[in-house]
Amino acid sequence: MTHAHTGPPWGSVPVLRLGDVLLVTLQGDLHDSTAEQLQQDISETIASSSTTGVVIDLSGVEMVDSFLGRVLAEIAAKAGLLAAQTVVAGMRPAVAITLVELGLTLPGLRTALSTEDALGLLAGEASPYRPRGTRRESP
Amino acid sequence: MPEHETAGQHGSPAREVGDFLRRRREQIAQRWADTPLFRTVFTVSRDEAVEAGKAVVEALAAVAAAGRVEDAEADGFTVVREQLTRTAAARSRAGAGSAQVSNEVDALRPPVVDLLVADLSQASAEHVRECATAATVLMGTLRLVVMESALNEGRALIDRQRMELLETATPVIRLWDGIVAVPLIGTLDSARSQVVMETLLESVVDQHARFAILDITGVPTVDSLVAQHLMKTVAAARLMGAECIVSGIRPAIAQTIVHLGLDLGTVVTRASLADALAYALDQQGSGIVDPVSRGAVAR
Repeated sequence: MTHAHTGPPWGSVPVLRLGDVLLVTLQGDLHDSTAEQLQQDISETIASSSTTGVVIDLSGVEMVDSFLGRVLAEIAAKAGLLAAQTVVAGMRPAVAITLVELGLTLPGLRTALSTEDALGLLAGEASPYRPRGTRRESP
Repeated sequence: MPEHETAGQHGSPAREVGDFLRRRREQIAQRWADTPLFRTVFTVSRDEAVEAGKAVVEALAAVAAAGRVEDAEADGFTVVREQLTRTAAARSRAGAGSAQVSNEVDALRPPVVDLLVADLSQASAEHVRECATAATVLMGTLRLVVMESALNEGRALIDRQRMELLETATPVIRLWDGIVAVPLIGTLDSARSQVVMETLLESVVDQHARFAILDITGVPTVDSLVAQHLMKTVAAARLMGAECIVSGIRPAIAQTIVHLGLDLGTVVTRASLADALAYALDQQGSGIVDPVSRGAVAR
């Protein structure tokens, strides 16, 4: 929090626009102020453009804590309010295990094995795979 | 046995024994080579047995010279510890029990004490008795060291095998492009569950697998712990972007799960591995087609 005005230690996380999709690549630790800045950037970009999807690439993240889990859930919720779908891509096994052990299974979030798959997923019908959530008739 | 614990002044029984051992190294080793312990382990040549015996005598002499005849942790033993471990291991492999190995090590004592007594024929009876006691205690310590080494070896073996069992018991099979399966066999405990989860998730990344099948046909019973682990694995796989399918739930297990009131509602389940594979293929969009009728028979 102390870096809010002096800037985060290694610069903010870039938000790339690929057509209708925003691509965010997280690497290493996510700092409090960086996370805040990132959430704001994403919300503003979605609002100002015709974005329909947000892909968060976690393949460079080796360690995770409950903070990152909460940030992911918040980004998804904010994007959802702005009518954009969020897909988390490339999560590493250790990260997934830690999140599950922390009890953060992120039920509302869609996931994909890689960024490519995530883009395919967001492209919807163009993907050879059916979207999740349509497979089960009854709980 | 406090009389030989004298603090290392010249002529103490322990030192006397140390000097004696150095002096008579060759003879003791020759006699030891004929004892069951050395004879059965060093079967190739007698010279080898004598060499091994000399190394042990040397170590004993060092321990005695340091005045630590009762100390199994004495520095002198470190040199021969590995050799003793191998000797004990060879005897256990040949079918000798711990008690037998212990007795065989004990059989090394009489030759030493006999030689010692013969050596000290000029000394006073009191001194001879003290030295013999020191030698006996030293040989007892050797016996302790051998047994300890053998036990440590056994424990290390068990640990190694446990790790191997963990690894071999959880193979990840690639069933199809993007579909991997883990056939679970035997009772699941928390350590195994962890290994299963890790290997499965690693293979999801390596094989770029969109579907992971957990087949529990070989799991005899499912309790709340196993179910919880299954749920965790499923949730972790989902976070990574893969879908987890649990297959092979037998009727008895299905009943147990219902009786326990466990909620597997968020988990995709199928009766058999074949059904799970068919489901995964269907989700991937690759249906199975009968080559004769050309009709789709995908379930």
